[in-house]
Amino acid sequence: MSTTTPAKRKLPKLAISFRQYGILAALVVIVVLFQVLTQGRLLLPGNVNNLIQQNAYVLILAIGMVTVIIGGHIDLSAGSVVAMVGAVAAIATNVWSLPWWAAVILALVVGALVGAWQGFWVAFVGIPAFIVTLAGMLIFRGLTLVLLTGGTISGLPAEFTAIGAGWLPGFLGTLAGHDALTLAIGLLASAALVVQQLRTSATLRRLDLPRESRIQLWLKNGIAVVAIMALAWLLSGYSGTPIILIILAMLILLYTFVLGRTVFGRHVYAMGGNLFAAIMSGVKTKWVNFFIFVNMGVLAGLAGVVSTARAGGAVASAGQNYELDAIAAVFIGGASVQGGVGTVVGAVIGGLVMGVLNMGLSILSVDAAWQMAIKGLVLLLAVAFDILNKRRGGR
Amino acid sequence: MNSPILWMRDIGKDFSGVKALDGVSLEVERGQVHAICGENGAGKSTLMKVLSGVYPHGSYQGVIEFEGEEVSFRTINDSEAVGIVIIHQELALSPYLSIAENIFLGNENATRGVIDWNKTNKEAAGLLARVDLDENPATKVLELGVGKQQLVEIAKALSKRVKLLILDEPTAALNDEDSAHLLDLTEHLRGQGITSIIISHKLKEIRRIADTVTVIRDGKTIETIDMHGTDATEARIIRSMVGRDLNSMFPPRDPKIGDEVLRVENWTVYHPVDTSRRVVDNASFTVNAGEVVGFAGLMGAGRTELAMSIFGRTYGTNISGSVYKNGREISVRTVDEAIRNGIAYATEDRKKYGLNLIGDITVNVSAAALAKLTKYGVIDRNREYKVAETYRTKMNIKAPSVSSIAGELSGGNQQKVALSKWIFAGPDVLILDEPTRGIDVGAKYEIYGIINELAASGKAIILISSELPELLGICDRIYAISGGRITGEVTRADASQEALMHYMTAGKD
Repeated sequence: MSTTTPAKRKLPKLAISFRQYGILAALVVIVVLFQVLTQGRLLLPGNVNNLIQQNAYVLILAIGMVTVIIGGHIDLSAGSVVAMVGAVAAIATNVWSLPWWAAVILALVVGALVGAWQGFWVAFVGIPAFIVTLAGMLIFRGLTLVLLTGGTISGLPAEFTAIGAGWLPGFLGTLAGHDALTLAIGLLASAALVVQQLRTSATLRRLDLPRESRIQLWLKNGIAVVAIMALAWLLSGYSGTPIILIILAMLILLYTFVLGRTVFGRHVYAMGGNLFAAIMSGVKTKWVNFFIFVNMGVLAGLAGVVSTARAGGAVASAGQNYELDAIAAVFIGGASVQGGVGTVVGAVIGGLVMGVLNMGLSILSVDAAWQMAIKGLVLLLAVAFDILNKRRGGR
Repeated sequence: MNSPILWMRDIGKDFSGVKALDGVSLEVERGQVHAICGENGAGKSTLMKVLSGVYPHGSYQGVIEFEGEEVSFRTINDSEAVGIVIIHQELALSPYLSIAENIFLGNENATRGVIDWNKTNKEAAGLLARVDLDENPATKVLELGVGKQQLVEIAKALSKRVKLLILDEPTAALNDEDSAHLLDLTEHLRGQGITSIIISHKLKEIRRIADTVTVIRDGKTIETIDMHGTDATEARIIRSMVGRDLNSMFPPRDPKIGDEVLRVENWTVYHPVDTSRRVVDNASFTVNAGEVVGFAGLMGAGRTELAMSIFGRTYGTNISGSVYKNGREISVRTVDEAIRNGIAYATEDRKKYGLNLIGDITVNVSAAALAKLTKYGVIDRNREYKVAETYRTKMNIKAPSVSSIAGELSGGNQQKVALSKWIFAGPDVLILDEPTRGIDVGAKYEIYGIINELAASGKAIILISSELPELLGICDRIYAISGGRITGEVTRADASQEALMHYMTAGKD
């Protein structure tokens, strides 16, 4: 065997990131395709805004779901939890007259309790998550019906609905008809991204660790900045920055950090990769499993708040099939069915692929039945492509 | 002798530019046992995959002639159709099906899809008699030990009218008794005219049964040795395999033994399912700093069970007894507790219990001691990389980078990653369970060197091994276990294979 030169070390790193870029490329292709098919209507400011607000719940659930799936589990109950938490939040504001923020906190706590309940059965009793969450799907849907006694609760406070359907107040005024605050946030985000990337690169250089070439680095940053500013420009021409976009951005950053840099995240990957090896390395697998589900519960709670806010009220049928959308997003985003593989960014991009498909097909007035069939096909093809790709890569 | 049954000529195979086979030739005479030797990664398994059609015709260069005719297999079914059957190291039986069902899996005695069970069981019983396995054909495979499962595999091969039987490391997971039985069987089959190719690391076995040995190194045939000749010695085979003279199988050892580090007293463990069965029976032993202590025993004697029950109760129920470290009693109820008390256990089954095979070298090396790289629950990934890189160099792990996936490394290199993980955890007591199983001669030597270094740095080492020469070669003191009881203790000076075997077979009803 040959010894390795530093130049050679760069290769594997790039090969790994190619998979993620592959998904990103698929998203770009789909966006361009529908932009052409809809004669430019897909990327109208209003549609872009709706894309974010309509799909926020999938993206939030996908972030929780990717953690669950990396850990080697599945959660079928997310949609029912969304509905139940939505009902609880609506009851809190409209029946108990709690302030909006108290309702949000209550919703997250209920989500956490649901997660703890399911986590208990999975982690400490040892029932497969498929069964526990299948039961949860029925239990929490049933409880939603009990809570709402078949009716709906609408007319939620404006502060509450703003979480899902509102925008940041444009207190910086406008700039050539565009919201100045949104543009400023775009600039700030771009600057933060570039600074962060340069600092990482500098650290890697200082420690002599493998890193991208300068050209790759700047190319990547350039594309990212253009994308961010284009998004900011479009949104600023509509109603400004959706509040949910800020929440989403924070979640993506937080969970990328949690999964990539913390011990908890590493233990999730280790368990999905080889449960026995994780146990034999001293990972407290029961507690990690428990917290995977508590976390999923909290995020399902948040998704419940967001979708209830967006809908402006709670209905017993809310959240139907949400778990399937989230699971699809995670797998389109490159996660492995066996666990141990997956990323937050991948799951979010997977969610966006589904969202763009939805929106594009709706603009084209494709029948809802056909939309569902097409989404199913896309999921199948995305995973098939991934598997074939891997097969070719590994001897 | 008539014409060779198999003639593989100038076989070449590469994987994305890397040559795995580079003009290998192999000629196997009819009715012989032909052994193939070579270090891991030499290309033995690749060659057998070419032969059995796992790599289809066209994906390799060269010509294969079987029974005098050129063949071009596209699938395993093609090669089985002419009578070539390969039995892999990892057995491929379905645990919840019966022996008979497994033997005829894919080849059922059926008319229009309906299975004739009487015929199936009767034929299965006949085949079992041929491999000398005294079991009911209706027994579920999961109730059999590895040795018996191997015999079922061979019975399955016989049911396919095998002419050329390929055994890939058949005795790697077997104890001496089962190994001997398997070798007898191979000789017996030779008597019935079945030709065998056997891939093995165990030169003693090869000496015993092989008529001819072909040595492969770096994807090339080095030489073919007639084992009935006078110059066919183990030393010669080793020389061909490693390409150098291996004066000694074991590096020199100069023990500096310090104070007692670990003492286990009256350790008793019961079987997790069959809770009335004592698997470890009142075992007491000590290990000192800088000492390598061996545990010898036949398979099923309770060595692994003893180690795992001490390491965070990962095996067994109703465990009793005490563990003392540096004279103080410690609790080892969970793996985490055992690690924090300075005990490490490198498992005998790397793939199942040792490594995250889809993870890279980095995450595997840091897995047992993440806390060392962590502040407030956040991992310092740059330092983690540096640590992994240090071990890659220090342990001579052959991989392009620490981002290489553990599952793609060879057995020896996987073992080095597993050892790195435990060395990085910084234990005082390191339990190594079969650390050299399934790895090649060169890597074994390196691992012995690592064990010596660890002992020299004051660690207490417990070595569990099925290979007596290995125990005799590197241990300062050896305990023998039989039926869960420690039946003997010998020092390096008094130890001999005969003495150990005497204790290892003691106390068996």
